[in-house]
Amino acid sequence: MSEVWTDICQFSDLVKNTGVCALHKGEQIAIFIDDESQVYAISNYDPCGNAYVLSRGIVSDYKGKLTVASPLYKQHFDLTTGECLEEPKNSVKTFPVRIEAGKVQLA
Amino acid sequence: MSKQKLVVVGNGMVGHKFIENMVEHPDYANYEIVTFSEEPRLAYDRVQLSYYFSGKTVDDLMLTSPDYYNENGVRFIVNDKVVAIDSINNKIVTANGREEAYDKLILATGSYPFVPPVPGREQAHCLVYRTIEDLEAITASAQGSTVGVVVGGGLLGLEAANALKNLGLEAHVVEFAPRLMAVQLDEGGGELLRAKIESLGVGVHTEKNTTEIVKGETCRYRMNFADGSHLETDMIVFSAGIRPQDELARQFNIDIGPRGGIQINNYCQTSIENIYAIGECALWDNKIYGLVAPGYQMAKVAVSHITGEAVEFTGADMSTKLKLLGVDVASIGDAQARTPNCLSYTYLDQHKGVYKRLVVSPDNKKVLGAVMVGDVDAYGNLLQMMLGDIEIPGTPEAFILPAMEGAAPALGVDALPDSAQICSCHSVTKGDIFEAVKGGCTDLSGIKSCTKAVTGCGGCAAMTTQVMNAALTEMGVEVNNNLCEHFEYTRQELFDIVRSKKIKTFEQLINTHGQGKGCEICKPAVGSMLATHWNDYILADEHLQLQDTNDVFLANMQKDGTYSVVPRMPAGEVTPDQLIALGQIGKEFNLYTKITGGQRVDFFGAQLHELPIIWEKLIDAGFETGHAYGKSLRTVKSCVGSTWCRYGMLDSVSMAVLLEMRYKGMRTPHKVKMAVSGCTRECAEAQSKDVGVIATDKGWNLYVCGNGGMKPRHADLFASDLDDETLIKYVDRFYMFYSHTADRLQRTSVWMDNMEGGLDYLKSVIIEDKLGICEELEADMQRIIDNYECEWKKTINSKERLKRFAHFINSDATDDTLAYVAERGQPRARIDMAARAKIGKGEIIKTLDITDVAEPV
Repeated sequence: MSEVWTDICQFSDLVKNTGVCALHKGEQIAIFIDDESQVYAISNYDPCGNAYVLSRGIVSDYKGKLTVASPLYKQHFDLTTGECLEEPKNSVKTFPVRIEAGKVQLA
Repeated sequence: MSKQKLVVVGNGMVGHKFIENMVEHPDYANYEIVTFSEEPRLAYDRVQLSYYFSGKTVDDLMLTSPDYYNENGVRFIVNDKVVAIDSINNKIVTANGREEAYDKLILATGSYPFVPPVPGREQAHCLVYRTIEDLEAITASAQGSTVGVVVGGGLLGLEAANALKNLGLEAHVVEFAPRLMAVQLDEGGGELLRAKIESLGVGVHTEKNTTEIVKGETCRYRMNFADGSHLETDMIVFSAGIRPQDELARQFNIDIGPRGGIQINNYCQTSIENIYAIGECALWDNKIYGLVAPGYQMAKVAVSHITGEAVEFTGADMSTKLKLLGVDVASIGDAQARTPNCLSYTYLDQHKGVYKRLVVSPDNKKVLGAVMVGDVDAYGNLLQMMLGDIEIPGTPEAFILPAMEGAAPALGVDALPDSAQICSCHSVTKGDIFEAVKGGCTDLSGIKSCTKAVTGCGGCAAMTTQVMNAALTEMGVEVNNNLCEHFEYTRQELFDIVRSKKIKTFEQLINTHGQGKGCEICKPAVGSMLATHWNDYILADEHLQLQDTNDVFLANMQKDGTYSVVPRMPAGEVTPDQLIALGQIGKEFNLYTKITGGQRVDFFGAQLHELPIIWEKLIDAGFETGHAYGKSLRTVKSCVGSTWCRYGMLDSVSMAVLLEMRYKGMRTPHKVKMAVSGCTRECAEAQSKDVGVIATDKGWNLYVCGNGGMKPRHADLFASDLDDETLIKYVDRFYMFYSHTADRLQRTSVWMDNMEGGLDYLKSVIIEDKLGICEELEADMQRIIDNYECEWKKTINSKERLKRFAHFINSDATDDTLAYVAERGQPRARIDMAARAKIGKGEIIKTLDITDVAEPV
């Protein structure tokens, strides 16, 4: 079964090492882009702080992993796996994301 | 068993120290204490007495309080002098007829100033310098005087001369001996000190024996000297040494030395077994000790003997280091080289005004004494070598010569025994500091609060730091001040790199001086440094990734992900029209509204997409960003000052507006706050701010490095009676020096507590330009000021930037998870108590329901 990809925004809307938030199939999703134009998507919900804020955290190279530090209480979430490195039980979902023809797409 | 009753006669520094040591003793429950003072108040810090003239109040000088005594069950009677001792029935009688029985009597009656028996000495404007009342009399007398003379060129005399100078008088010092500070200095040191003091405009007259004080011709009095010369003056302060206050003991048959002083043994007992004497009234081995440290030692010995231990008093070191009239002076041990066959090394630099003499043993191996004027950096090392009887490492002369290429030899603190006393004011040993470090104090401010070291005269700061670092090394703690894993540099080093290599972006810096990709620690820190130095728009694409969300959206994120909005309201001044505009905006966006501690308005609950709309309206109403989100200047709080207040000395509001407009937008290592008060009533609470300004009748007093908040710190008086221009110059330099040298997220208070050399060092950098950097500091500040622009104004004019202010990049929908409840007529975030308990890692605390307070009728 092939996935259906939905356009979210222009690639040019992203600024390196920062995030944006998308509304997709009723869920809030945080999309990040790194130095090498690689994109990542995890839930926007921060279970530690109980608010939808992860897209607004600082992208951080933490113990060799590319993470986002929550803007509320600074826990690190692995951008690739969604794992919360300080409190693993508070890990978050990841989502398939890609860049296609100048657009950022979620499946 | 009933309690033993201790009666302490005299509540000066030493009497209070005795009480404090008793109260802290584990067996204190077995004792009760009563203390009498003939002065109207409890113990205060006589060592710091001269600060009374540079702005400190009586409260600042107090060493204790009625509350402390009450809490610890110490009864105290002030304004009542003990006039009789009945050593047969063990009781005392006071001037007011009060009787008090004792088991042990402690005489801590101190000393009185010696006034030479000169005819005419009893006139109205002939005063002494010892108590707060004396200082009040000097201040009153100075008001009708233009010339003042101090008789006595010793330590206290020079302090008194400084006081007269600060009171605006033409000051002179008259000394009987051939040089100043004859007890502590040798001839060379005395000469240099004289030259330095004369260059400050204070007249020095040595070898003068005053024969009479008569009516003057040009002034109130004329002092005639034995050599036929004379000096005209309006007032005279006698400071010609002290005499032990032994009258009470003398009258009631306690043994007194031939030249005065209550004789004591090694346990501080007098000739009557259950009567002790401590401090300046006591005579031990025919010596009176006129310094506070030996007095404290005696207090400790007496406590020890009373509680059944066996510490003995075995004499005290009289070495001293202090600043007199702005001149650094130190004296150690045998300063005058009286030891037979001893050897001396002397260094004199007349250009810089430095004199040093080192006295060593005949075999050239041990330090016996030293004199230093103008540069006292070697004091700590030399003192430890003398006290510890340590062999001099390397050549002795290296310790007094100026540091040339290559480091001067350091006395390895490893060589010191654990019992070596590092801080003599508070008897803190090397062992105590090691203990504190092992207990978790790993920086100087921790050591200070834990051991009290460095908090007395401050002379041991450098030595304490060395011992602390040795302890850290021994524990295997690498003293690592690296910013984070991505930069092996301290913030200060990185700042130097940014400035010297003209680095403008994070990428440039991490590629050339770092590793990895950076994290939430180094990114905002570097962002702050770039902003301090270049003051570029912080939301430019290349800087965006460095900023915390607060800086990205120019607002403060709250717990639910919404933001608070704070427009600048310089000095808390606001027009009625602006207030109306604020009210309309708050109402339109349904924002919870509160007044901040910094005298401005804070709106809560603004959603991301609302921020630009709110700001457009705020800017239309004449507001600009308040930087409440930044590590930058927050507010300059002010009282209403001389424009309205009956007591205001100067226009504090205008000064506060000027300062706020000058420093707004400046990025610093941590947030900074300021305040300006219009008089010493201090309604703006300036002494709790990073920079506080208080108006006096002669100009502005500048205070620095205060803090409220988590760890309150009273600001230090930095400079007095400044005009507007000098005030601003000092504040410019202060902020830039702080920005250049502080650690990341280090408030000015902690920065100061960790600064080697402390306040004096900071003054030497900023006022005297010791490092020769003031011009550069001012230029750096001017660049920031010139590049200021309101970040919100710039943002709402940029379409590109505004795109980021949407909750969703792909939808106009807003965050529907936010929930509010009404409370006292306003919306507030719904508190999820379970989630709060999780964050607080504790139980849910029961609270009263005050959501619906009745409206006033």
